[in-house]
Amino acid sequence: MGASTIRRTAAVAAVLLAATACGGRGDDGGGTAASGACKGQQTTGITDKSIKLGGIYPLSGPASAYGDIPKGIKAYFDYVNAEQNGIGGRKVEFLVRDDGYQPPKAVEEARRLVEQEQVFALFQTLGTPSTAATWDYTNQRKVPQVFVATGASLWGTDTRHPWTIGWQPNYVSEARVYARYLKTDRPAAKVAVLYQNDDFGKDLLGGFKKAIAGSGVKVVAEQSYEVSDPSIDPQMRNLAGSKADVFLNVTTPKFGSQALAADARNTDWNPLHIVNNVAASRTVLQPVGFKNVQGVVSATYYKDPTDPQWNDDAEMRLYRAKMKQYAPGADPNIPYHAFGWAVASSFHKAMQAAKCPTREGLRDSVRNLNNVQVDMLLPGVTLQTGPDDGFPIESMQLMRFKGERWELFGNVIDTRKEFGPLTD
Amino acid sequence: MSETANTANTASTANEAAAEPAEVQAPGRDASGEPGSWGARLRDAAVERWRPIALAALLLAACYAPFQLVPFRVFQLTMVLVYAVALLGLNLLVGHAGQISLGHGAFFAVGAYAAALMLDRWDVPYLLTLPVAAAVAFVLGLGLGVPAVRLHGLYLALVTLSIAVFLVPLLKRFESVTGGSMGLTLTKPAPPAWTGLAEDQWLYFLALAVAVAAFLLARNLLRSRVGRALHAVRDNEAAAEVMGVRLPFYKTLAFAWSAMFAGAAGCVYTWVIGFVSPDSFPVTLSITLLAGIVVGGLGSLSGPLLGGLFVMFVPSWSQDINKAAPGVIFGLLIIAVMYVAPTGLAGLAGRAAGRIRRTLRRE
Repeated sequence: MGASTIRRTAAVAAVLLAATACGGRGDDGGGTAASGACKGQQTTGITDKSIKLGGIYPLSGPASAYGDIPKGIKAYFDYVNAEQNGIGGRKVEFLVRDDGYQPPKAVEEARRLVEQEQVFALFQTLGTPSTAATWDYTNQRKVPQVFVATGASLWGTDTRHPWTIGWQPNYVSEARVYARYLKTDRPAAKVAVLYQNDDFGKDLLGGFKKAIAGSGVKVVAEQSYEVSDPSIDPQMRNLAGSKADVFLNVTTPKFGSQALAADARNTDWNPLHIVNNVAASRTVLQPVGFKNVQGVVSATYYKDPTDPQWNDDAEMRLYRAKMKQYAPGADPNIPYHAFGWAVASSFHKAMQAAKCPTREGLRDSVRNLNNVQVDMLLPGVTLQTGPDDGFPIESMQLMRFKGERWELFGNVIDTRKEFGPLTD
Repeated sequence: MSETANTANTASTANEAAAEPAEVQAPGRDASGEPGSWGARLRDAAVERWRPIALAALLLAACYAPFQLVPFRVFQLTMVLVYAVALLGLNLLVGHAGQISLGHGAFFAVGAYAAALMLDRWDVPYLLTLPVAAAVAFVLGLGLGVPAVRLHGLYLALVTLSIAVFLVPLLKRFESVTGGSMGLTLTKPAPPAWTGLAEDQWLYFLALAVAVAAFLLARNLLRSRVGRALHAVRDNEAAAEVMGVRLPFYKTLAFAWSAMFAGAAGCVYTWVIGFVSPDSFPVTLSITLLAGIVVGGLGSLSGPLLGGLFVMFVPSWSQDINKAAPGVIFGLLIIAVMYVAPTGLAGLAGRAAGRIRRTLRRE
């Protein structure tokens, strides 16, 4: 076997040598710097005419439903490039890479985008694990990693990674919205909680418990499940036994509809049902039957394209028209597309506001957003960050399911004002 | 599954057997007194020297590459070496002992987490994490090797698959130890000042050293009586037992060794990526590893390296070909490779080398 092994190894050597010939080590020093007022700052990936961004999403694998987000983003940038001459005269080139929701792949793709493609910034990495795996690298290289698509509170509370920032309301803020609602509307509520046993579920539950501390609202029962569980029926039976009068449903879509259905089936236990934003889309409620989910409460922050109340909204009409024009294969009714549209227009505003067209300029700009309005967000929800505040969106509005759609009620709740800044 | 593996093995053995006599013939011809010309002798000598020359070239290229390539490419090659070490272990089990494992990602994860915990909790010097991680995986492999003694084929495949399946929720459950689904972020080993190397180059050389050591270990293991016993078990269990091979002993040991290699690979993985989380080790990792070794070439020593290249590069190439469905392209490529090269890429390379050599001789 020895001889033939070595010969095969030689074939490998040839492959390796061929790969070696691809370029010199010196190629990496391709970073460029600005002159003038922004002297010395990095201008890699940005010129007077163009700006290159890279995003990492799970286009394959178990979380591939999120692969719709970059389609909305692409449609927005294509529209801005074609009809508004890009962002301040710079045409946006948006590269999308697939990590299959696997952290090691995300690291590889981040390095590819930064070192090989020489992008100006990473515009969105999706998921908590993929973002946690890449943020040490981006901060070491001083590459902005802006508006990451995960609601973990870590991105805003951490102080050692100034180049990374989130966008959507973090799970703690969402929990605060529900806590505020219960404290004012049902000050003596007894709450039963079903939560997913991971960072998402624990972040939300922890935030909720902290927010109700010292009030009459009490958590009387909590049950967790794993993403791999086939059903949450046993947990629901245990929770029903607690006789709580509020049920907080902290789940992802599949389990969200199971919990809604289980609650509807059980006629002996009729708590006020609060379902978290992740599982509140109409596609989750539909299989349960709209008549079974009347009065369910949730919270949101951006305009749902399936909600008829936005039919005449200017931004929604623009979104529908441009999606049809620039992403003809994509269904504009999918909320992930609208999410992509909203986050892309947020980037547009942040980049426009940057004092210097540099990586440092973008880093400072996303941390200095002052009540920036993004039309795809609910009226009253604005982007707001500062030196001590790394969370762009911390406001949400409550909604109640009525007839065949969600109805917003009450005012937009700004959790910063209600509970103070989020620090840990 | 195991039957296919066995067929592939037999095929590769047959292929090697076909190649060997050709080699023995050359000196035989000379000994029989045939007046071989000087040219022919020189050529034969060159063909014989082919092995050390090729090996030296490979090592030279491996040492030269990090000074020539951009850090991103160096990182990719480092990951190839990590996967190669893991595949080396899997090759020992599947290719040489004829057992099946659909749960090798779990051993990889155990090594990675063992190293991560040591670095995170006790600030153990990172070089020390390697033997410990390998030992932990070895012991676990020994324990899980016990079912392998009684189970065959599909049943063994299912048991090992279940290990890979329950690992992720298990890691999420013990949050206080494993950091839950947020995972553990670690500082990467910094290159010592005297080397003058960049971080990516240092990590690459660490991985290279581990890979070379692992290859030497596997090679020596297979040349010993252990290797012969494993081959006997693979080819015919009854015959092996009759010849005095203790089946339970060798089967369990094959599992343990194979887990040890995977654990060592997991440890290097932790050094290189600096982050572990349950989502880093999904069930698909185990399946990808198995696909990697089958494509690379079961039962050959270069198979793991070729498999590592395949696992690392082909998914991103297929993404470049078609953004919408990279998985489909990846699957089609596996099918294509299996069709063109039933003995894996290593078998293909071996056949190509054999053909070239025969053409040279015949001339």
